Amino acid sequence: MTKDNKPYSNIGATLAIAKASFRSIIRSPSAVVFSLAFPMIFIIVFANIGGGGVKVDVGVAKGCDTINPVYRALKKTGIVNLVTDQSAEAMNKNLAKGSIDAIIDVKPFVPMTPLSVDVQYSEASADKSGILKSVLNNVFYNMQSEQLKKIQSYSGIKIPPAVDLKETTISGRAYKYIDFILPGQLGFSLLSSGVFGTAFVFISLRLTLVIKRFFATPVKRYSIVLGEALARIVFSLLGALFIILIGHYAFGFTLIHGVVTVLNMLVLSAIGLIIFMGFGFTVSGIAKNESTVPPLSNIITLPQFLLSGTFFSVTAFPKWLQHISNVLPLTHLNDAMRKVAFEGAGLGDVSHQLFILLVWGIGVYAVAVKTFKWE
Amino acid sequence: MAKQPIITVKDLVKNYGDFAAVKGVSFEVYEGEIFGLLGPNGAGKTTTLEIIETLRDKTSGEVTVDGFSIDRDADDIKKRIGVQLQAAGYYPNLNLAELISLFCGLYGINKSPMEMLEKVALTDKAKSKYKELSGGQKQRFSIATTLINNPRIIFLDEPTTGLDPQARRNLWDLIREIRDSGTTIVITTHYMDEAEVLCDRVAFVDGGHIIGIDTPDHFIDELVSSGFERKKQVKSANLEDVFINLTGKEWREG
Repeated sequence: MTKDNKPYSNIGATLAIAKASFRSIIRSPSAVVFSLAFPMIFIIVFANIGGGGVKVDVGVAKGCDTINPVYRALKKTGIVNLVTDQSAEAMNKNLAKGSIDAIIDVKPFVPMTPLSVDVQYSEASADKSGILKSVLNNVFYNMQSEQLKKIQSYSGIKIPPAVDLKETTISGRAYKYIDFILPGQLGFSLLSSGVFGTAFVFISLRLTLVIKRFFATPVKRYSIVLGEALARIVFSLLGALFIILIGHYAFGFTLIHGVVTVLNMLVLSAIGLIIFMGFGFTVSGIAKNESTVPPLSNIITLPQFLLSGTFFSVTAFPKWLQHISNVLPLTHLNDAMRKVAFEGAGLGDVSHQLFILLVWGIGVYAVAVKTFKWE
Repeated sequence: MAKQPIITVKDLVKNYGDFAAVKGVSFEVYEGEIFGLLGPNGAGKTTTLEIIETLRDKTSGEVTVDGFSIDRDADDIKKRIGVQLQAAGYYPNLNLAELISLFCGLYGINKSPMEMLEKVALTDKAKSKYKELSGGQKQRFSIATTLINNPRIIFLDEPTTGLDPQARRNLWDLIREIRDSGTTIVITTHYMDEAEVLCDRVAFVDGGHIIGIDTPDHFIDELVSSGFERKKQVKSANLEDVFINLTGKEWREG
């Protein structure tokens, strides 16, 4: 007979499940890989290739004059990457494939004759050709302007300029690619942890009769769900904190209001995760066994991975696709996350995004309650 | 010993749609005994057990466990019983000590994992995962989880299926020890030799009905007195005795 007559504690039971679940998550390789390793790899890769923007690879023909002003101007642009270490044959092959975008040959300058410049473009990289063309035009324009000035200084005729160009750059925070990619990766990490993690845990607990054995104890059903959710939230928030801190200290991720911004991001993370777990509960209910979990989960995560502004801005898509993007919950989580991190918005400033997430949350849990299976 | 019923089952019926799994079963389990439910697969043993364990709803009938009705006091019953399910798994990625802690939390009871593991001689496996255990160790661990809440009754569903003779005898000793410490045990098994040596009373279940309840001795005597004779003369030892005699009694951690 049970001797201690203290009343049964549902909180105690919930916490016992949360503790067990948390231990299990941190020992499960897939959880750690999906929540931490994948986002970190994407962040490292994109933070390092993101900075430079467009690069045009231009092969330099053998015998090209490299001390003339055209060549020096190209070198200075920062857009053109001059390739000098390939043979003529290799260069032609690569041009045909598009792995170099053009071949340039500037003939040595002969006084009193125009500078002779041969440029070969490739159909294989038409867009880069266009960039090189306008870079070259710019170079030639500057050279011609110089000559015109010289001529004008000898003659009295004034030629009025066709365009009077005034360029100014206002000062502002540099929007680095990490400021874009990190919130997107964070959002996606929450999405996969919420959907895959939750679905796998509940289907395996159901199929291995762990939940049935739990039901033979006085534990309440809500304790099981709450305990699992609690463990996942704690794990994912620790993961989010890790990603944010590494992003900030190693890659210069912008956190406008420091700690306050981090806390706001964590609140958003928790909200996002709770909604995504709703998808996970639904998947665990629909799936017949563990092997049907990945395809079902991918149906939910993959479109959001591609369309929710994880890697590039939603505005880069055609209009009809943007409409789809603007329906997905991850789009709004990412949006809110970027506003908070980079623009310094508070949670009140992203109420539009939070409202759409709330609508998703209600919808998803309505479906989850209908589809969820205990046995 | 005064025979005090601790479980009373009266006219229990369970239908799954059109299929009647249990068709009006009545029996009593007495306090302090090892009670066996015997019968072929699909006879309704597990369904009957799971209804008593409050894991499954009945269609009709009455079940009382330690004075509590399964209709009204399921939570009180859960606190007083220990349940070992056929083929149940345990929470993944946790070691035995952590699993015991989890169950302590679920029952709301403070017990040290080592104390529980000691009862089933598994202290040296405290840091092992459940799936790393041998068949016999798994069953002993399952029994340890049923004892956490100092239950009045424990239910064991085919605990010895798939075990080698040594592990099986070792488990019998454990089950007897638990009975001797005052816990009532309800067990299902397919092994009649096991029921004969282990159970104080047995009930035969077939096709959703109970077709007989008595002590194993009584059943055998009755059959013999009806003129039954084995085709082969029984010797004073059987092949399992030979097996144990040849391979030794001590238990293998295979």
